[in-house]
Amino acid sequence: MDTLSTQKVAEPPVRTATPEPWRGFAAGPWRREVDVRDFILRNLRPYEGDAAFLAGPSERTKALWTRVADLLKQERASKGGVLEADTEVISSITSHPPGYIDRALEVIVGLQTDRPLKRSIMPFGGWRMVKSGLEAYGFTPSPRIEETFPKLRKTHNDGVFDVYTDEMLRCRRSGVITGLPDAYGRGRIIGDYRRLALYGADFLIADKKAQLASLELDRMDEETIRLREEIADQIAALGDLVAMAGTYGFDVTRPAATAQEAVQWTYLAYLAAVKEANGAAMSLGRVSTFLDIYLERDLREGRIDEAAAQELIDQLVIKLRLVRFLRTPEYDQLFSGDPTWVTECLGGMALDGRTLVTRSSFRLLQTLRNLGPAPEPNLTVLWSERLPEGFKTFCAETSIGTCSIQYENDDLMRPFWGDDYGIACCVSAMRIGKQMQFFGARANLAKTLLYAINGGRDEVSGEQVGPALAPITGEVLDYEEVKARFVPMMEWLARAYMNTLNAIHYMHDKYMYERLEMALHDRDVLRTMACGIAGLSVVADSLSAIRHARVRVVRDASGLATDFVIEGEYPAFGNNDDRVDSIAVWIVETFMAMLRKQKAYRGAVPTQSVLTITSNVVYGKKTGNTPDGRKAGEPFAPGANPMHRRDLKGALASMASVAKLPYVHAQDGISYTFTIVPSALGRGEDERAPNLVGMLDGYFAQGGHHINVNVFDRQTLLHAMDHPELYPQLTIRVSGYAVNFIKLTREQQLDVISRTFHGQH
Amino acid sequence: MASIDPRHRVVPAAPEGAAGCAAPTTHPAAQHACHDGREGWVHSVETGSTVDGPGLRYVLFLSGCPLRCLYCHNPDTRHMHDGTCTPAASILAEIELLSGFLRHGHGGVTLSGGEPLVQPAFCARIFRGCKELGLHTALDTSGFLGSHADDALLADTDLVLLDIKAFREATYRTLTGATLRPTLEFAERLSLMGKPIWLRYVLVPGLTDNADEIAGLAEFAAGLGNVERVDVLPFHKMGEPKWRALGLPYRLGDTQPPSADLTERVYGMFRAAGLKTL
Repeated sequence: MDTLSTQKVAEPPVRTATPEPWRGFAAGPWRREVDVRDFILRNLRPYEGDAAFLAGPSERTKALWTRVADLLKQERASKGGVLEADTEVISSITSHPPGYIDRALEVIVGLQTDRPLKRSIMPFGGWRMVKSGLEAYGFTPSPRIEETFPKLRKTHNDGVFDVYTDEMLRCRRSGVITGLPDAYGRGRIIGDYRRLALYGADFLIADKKAQLASLELDRMDEETIRLREEIADQIAALGDLVAMAGTYGFDVTRPAATAQEAVQWTYLAYLAAVKEANGAAMSLGRVSTFLDIYLERDLREGRIDEAAAQELIDQLVIKLRLVRFLRTPEYDQLFSGDPTWVTECLGGMALDGRTLVTRSSFRLLQTLRNLGPAPEPNLTVLWSERLPEGFKTFCAETSIGTCSIQYENDDLMRPFWGDDYGIACCVSAMRIGKQMQFFGARANLAKTLLYAINGGRDEVSGEQVGPALAPITGEVLDYEEVKARFVPMMEWLARAYMNTLNAIHYMHDKYMYERLEMALHDRDVLRTMACGIAGLSVVADSLSAIRHARVRVVRDASGLATDFVIEGEYPAFGNNDDRVDSIAVWIVETFMAMLRKQKAYRGAVPTQSVLTITSNVVYGKKTGNTPDGRKAGEPFAPGANPMHRRDLKGALASMASVAKLPYVHAQDGISYTFTIVPSALGRGEDERAPNLVGMLDGYFAQGGHHINVNVFDRQTLLHAMDHPELYPQLTIRVSGYAVNFIKLTREQQLDVISRTFHGQH
Repeated sequence: MASIDPRHRVVPAAPEGAAGCAAPTTHPAAQHACHDGREGWVHSVETGSTVDGPGLRYVLFLSGCPLRCLYCHNPDTRHMHDGTCTPAASILAEIELLSGFLRHGHGGVTLSGGEPLVQPAFCARIFRGCKELGLHTALDTSGFLGSHADDALLADTDLVLLDIKAFREATYRTLTGATLRPTLEFAERLSLMGKPIWLRYVLVPGLTDNADEIAGLAEFAAGLGNVERVDVLPFHKMGEPKWRALGLPYRLGDTQPPSADLTERVYGMFRAAGLKTL
């Protein structure tokens, strides 16, 4: 591609022919069949040094980011934070002509539509959502589409509501199961976007055709027919990807031959995914160490220098920061701050004992300095005790400076998922290109406990939502009795929940199949049914209060328990106290065992997460007074966090409680958000990074799975609430993802501020 | 107390407004055990401190203090019985559970207060247990009761965080109601033993900001030869609400925290004497 190398590459050497794409790479099975991991391990150059080699932003990058920052400012000032929406064109991989921010400044190109931050419409999930999304932000849907589309095309949302049972609708309405992906894209599928760069589309299409041929079986049953159809769709999607890349001037039928092409190809594959699928989480996977192999080769060949290498990464990240979807206001309530979860994993260790940290792991983190903090991409460090010290220190310094990183325990996950897994969304590990999940939002266990007390009646509406089991009628709650009622209510919930998810994902596959993402997977993938629970610490504390203090029930005229009076004290989750921590562990194990009994759609393996994202606020709003003393409407703690200000013994005790939750029974992840004021990390600035490293090493050695690290003080946040214009890039970590603080609703801002700040006097 | 099961240890008192977690019960039957250090009066625990010695620290705040410092930010720890009588064994069991954190964080255990040396036998028992766990130990003390610390306790003490609150008897008495001499003698004893000290000095405008006095302290500290570091702690009024809650008159209500500039100048004076500061 000589046109490309003269126009787009940083200070390009003029070349007449494309260099051989695989030159200089160590050979292996990866050359014969799709095996990106094999390629990485054979060509990896681990980096054990410090951050001194890193370069700042190039002039082009600075100029481009200035343009983008201005656009982002306009976007924030627009109604509902939506700058522009396409009301006329239904989005697909090839629907829009090429888009640019400023072509002369862009080293990596490609936008979801023809203009930056212009949101497209993807109505296959449901026309109603597109329409309400457009109207909420002041746009009018095209009459032409409105007239024809809903008549001609059934959607995922239509399908789900066709088959929902009365029980499912009741659960959904009461909020005992909430946030279900029945009115938005499920997401949480990571295409192996690296495959396009390493192999080119021709190789991948040939591979898919071979898969199709492998399914010419004697007996064509439903499963085989479905898979054959899906693979045919995947092949078509790869063809569309080739066409879309062509409009930008790239021939992606062949493998990438330079670092610039490798970054560009990988991004184009990801771009094709986000042009067509608006999943809640559209994660990137684990590309930095893969790209590092290309960057290092170009550096060796003298094709680029460090500044140019950083420029490629900076510009990739700029593009990732611009990914947008049109959401409904209900969605925004659930997942606040317009997240896209472009999760990228950094670091980790290989199974052979080498570190997967490369210079490009540093380069990705460096974007937070070169471009300033930002919530996306969702940078996730896969932490191992054996990570190089230089990298650990740089991570900690970057966390302290930007609050933009989350950490997950590679030593814990590697035995489950190997050394080429990525994180979808916040905490969901999956082998890249080999595994996907059916995202299942979460069930509200705090409400379920109240159902157990109230014989299946909803404490807010009085409606009989759950089965009419005997309610508890005594004045003082008895631990054994409550537990004995809680268990069958959880059994009921597990069944109703799994049935609901089965309906959703059957219809999602049918009407909104993610053909491009699945084209970048193997033929046979492991599917998990990713259930989740909300309100863990509320339930644990409630049961602890019932057991260790005296909890009296206040009932209304209809006999419904509406409030609780606690007499005495009880140990609360988050203080490293086994009297209650063991209850939390029991809840996780017990509910998971019940989920494992259910039959999941398409042979999926049930898993669960302890993660709420920002939905802890919505869940709390829908849940009445609970026996732990939490008042009706008050937010739950996010994810696996202890309840606000009940973890009284400091950071380590709080971490130790969370680390007791067994990952083996919550394989979709256990989210913990940790907030500490800067001065509590050490008196001197040079002490803070080592202390944070020590905390992370300790937490993960204890068995903790995930941690969001925020380092800021309450005053900063209060000031940012009143003066958002001064904090355009203030990023904070909430339950599994990062958000722009000023984009949160006021309610969520207050929730963040009310959370425990370790070290705050 | 027969039970050393960590699951049976008491929970710390909840601050006002924390739902559900009421104050802990005490263990009246256990008072005799306080004499030999099997139990001690504990005010509270902070498990992730980074400002009470090197690295990540488990800090045990013991109740009881002979001083009556005007700026005290924990007046609720003055009387021993303000705390909760707690078995050393249960504290040590909890420390053991967190020892992975403390080792990874290059930290250890700090005894603070109150004044930990009000309960020297308890301190000795905790530190002995810590040394058996291979953990670093730090004693945060005013030094006024330094003579209570016997050589065995000090042998198990890796670091002393020594608060020298003033360097003139008159200032010290005004500030604390006690005499300075025992603290200086304790410092000299630590010097002879070669026991590392981190010196802490609370800077209160109008009270402890006299340049000559600070210079005298700096010279004394430098002469000890075992002061590894000096922290100047700017006065703050975060303890004031506690005084009010206890019905005690707070006499520094009109005193302002020192300016960053003043704090930096005081640091400069310690550095000028050849001492290390941050």
